[in-house]
Amino acid sequence: MSDRLDVRKTHKLFIGGQFPRSESGRSYPALDADATVVARVALASRKDLREAVRAARTAFPGWAARTGYNRGQILYRMAEMIEDRAASFSEQIRVGGLSKKMADREVGATVDRLVWYAGWCDKFAQVMGNLNPVAGPFFNISVPEPTGVVGIVAPGAPALLGLVSRMAPALVTGNAVVVVASEKLPLPAVTLAEAIATSDLPAGVVNILTGSPSELIPWLSSHMDVEAIDITGLDGSLVTAAEEASADNVKRVIRSETADGQSPYLIAAFTETKTVWHPKGM
Amino acid sequence: MTDTDHTPVLHPATEPLDWTYATSREAADLVSVAETYGVFYDGDFHKPLSKNYLATINPATEEPLAEVAEAGPADVDRAVASARRAFGGWSQLSGQERAKYLFRIARMVQERSRELAVLETLDGGKPIKESRDVDLPLVAAHFFYNAGWADKLEYAFPGLDPKPIGVAGQIIPWNFPLLMLSWKVAPALAAGNTVVLKPAETTPLSALHFAQIAAEAGLPPGVLNVVPGAGQTGAAVVGHSDVDKIAFTGSTEVGKEIQRRLAGSGRRLTLELGGKGAHIVFADAPIDQAIEGVINGIFFNQGHVCCAGSRLLIQESVAEPFLEKLKNRLETLRVGDPLDKNTDVGAINSRAQLDRIEALVAVGQREGAEMFQPSCALPDRGFFYRPTLFTGVSQSHRIAQEEIFGPVLSVLTFRTPEEAIEKANNTPYGLAAGVWTTKGSRILWMADRLRSGVVWANTYNKFDPTSPFGGYKESGFGREGGRHGLLAYMKAEGL
Repeated sequence: MSDRLDVRKTHKLFIGGQFPRSESGRSYPALDADATVVARVALASRKDLREAVRAARTAFPGWAARTGYNRGQILYRMAEMIEDRAASFSEQIRVGGLSKKMADREVGATVDRLVWYAGWCDKFAQVMGNLNPVAGPFFNISVPEPTGVVGIVAPGAPALLGLVSRMAPALVTGNAVVVVASEKLPLPAVTLAEAIATSDLPAGVVNILTGSPSELIPWLSSHMDVEAIDITGLDGSLVTAAEEASADNVKRVIRSETADGQSPYLIAAFTETKTVWHPKGM
Repeated sequence: MTDTDHTPVLHPATEPLDWTYATSREAADLVSVAETYGVFYDGDFHKPLSKNYLATINPATEEPLAEVAEAGPADVDRAVASARRAFGGWSQLSGQERAKYLFRIARMVQERSRELAVLETLDGGKPIKESRDVDLPLVAAHFFYNAGWADKLEYAFPGLDPKPIGVAGQIIPWNFPLLMLSWKVAPALAAGNTVVLKPAETTPLSALHFAQIAAEAGLPPGVLNVVPGAGQTGAAVVGHSDVDKIAFTGSTEVGKEIQRRLAGSGRRLTLELGGKGAHIVFADAPIDQAIEGVINGIFFNQGHVCCAGSRLLIQESVAEPFLEKLKNRLETLRVGDPLDKNTDVGAINSRAQLDRIEALVAVGQREGAEMFQPSCALPDRGFFYRPTLFTGVSQSHRIAQEEIFGPVLSVLTFRTPEEAIEKANNTPYGLAAGVWTTKGSRILWMADRLRSGVVWANTYNKFDPTSPFGGYKESGFGREGGRHGLLAYMKAEGL
């Protein structure tokens, strides 16, 4: 046994490219399958959430204005950064009780998922956009655009693959996101934030909060500066209240049947269709 | 012949030009309106179990047109059951057979378009030239376009195996009664759903005549059901647990109520809500064309248009001459009898809507904006309102933020394209915007930055069944029209 004392990591929030503790000064224990405390993670507050939404709003226009090629490269870089930390991720996933083999498989699937979505960034508008053959002398096109600031409730499990599977399709077209991580298995989300921070993703495009969905989601779903909320990962008992609150600003509510699927139609769920007309003439 | 040979014929200065028009009235008796109308389900009209009827009136004369059943919860229940029974057969029918029914309906609408246009104008107050030249041609076009999708759905959504959702409850507004019916009914039926349609309280007649057409077309009973009534009838449709999907077009306020009502139900929803369209005119725009665009943008259908260009953003350097021309143009608008083929601005749809317009205009005056109205005479009876223009409007004014849904234009100015974007996007809405400029790169730059579902560049208020329509932000979600419009009526496993 080495006589060197190891240096432990403080598990913090990820807001606007920074790693703050919760402004509330609170934390909660992350437990393993045997209910042993593995680490303490920040317990995000309503105010942290508002800061995260503000950071996302600030980052949104710039990210949406990037070219698809550029966004694709950044998503690919995120895949590289996760692969590079595969051992850490695997170890943290195993805290939830998965075997090493299963945990490694989840990390691999997460990397592959990001690579898959990275490739969509410069193709999605081609597949989902349209030149509309209107009955008149007009040029008329429909293009998908990002919805804006999107709140995402990460599925409880798989903690890493679920989070990335819900987040990546939102990022493809240029949304900025505020993610509430798996409450029970928060550690992979914290490490993901560290991987994202080294992925050339502009600060604020992804914000990750650890904490309690039952505390945070009422504020996220009623927030007037959040245009969409993905409640795929939300506990069923909280769904009705979240959907009701979402009506305050006609928030788009996304509730997918799949916590870890992949489809271009999942990208479409986080987009708006804009149609532009122009007359043709001499 | 040289230019100098071409002597224009000028009226002597002493003889004032006579701009009055000879009356050119469309015949009201082209359509026969029944005394009473029932609830339409199981392929036929039924007396309402509610035993209630609501009068629908001609807003241009305030005279009653007919007594229309007010469907109560029991009537809605019957209609939903009728739609449910029909769903199995309709959704299993081959796409091509469904298509042929819809093509047939499109043709029957074309055949009877003159009578339906008159009916639409009688019941709703819109100028006959609009119902004749815009509404009815588009109604037929929507059925014709969606008909062709019914047997091609697998090509609409590559990689999906889309299925119809089931029974669609559709609630439509009074501004384009039959056109809104076609936007909703045509894609729903093409995709294999069955429909319970709730037309607006003040304009139910064209939907009921359409139901008759559907029956005559041989559409299987229960595929289309019509439950006339007011807000409570709509609430009964929204609240019915056997309705799988709600599509609503109307105010943002009611849209939010519906979204709340459906919370936790797992039932699907699309909303097409209000707007406060920015109509942006740059100094380099073709000014006379832009004037016509702005006029059309706000006075088309009395401004009862969710995508109306109700905020003019005019570049400061040309604001003064532009507004002078605009005011001159307002003076030439012909306001009056909607059945007169000359009429540009018809009747306000209802007393209630007229009250709302008057209330918001009063707010505009109180908040300090300067009002201009042309000197036109208004008919003695009926609900009419002068085309109205407000200058000196600031972004915080209620008439710059709230949807008036009437012939009222709020004018703001801007200096730079960035400022135009900032102001255009500064409402909770995001339905439509217009841009007038001759600079192509600026059009595309603006189009990228306007947060709205439709951008009309150097044109305004153009519609087509192939062109998706719908809002950003509080203007709603989901699209109507085009390939995208079908998705609102389809579901797929695993998404």
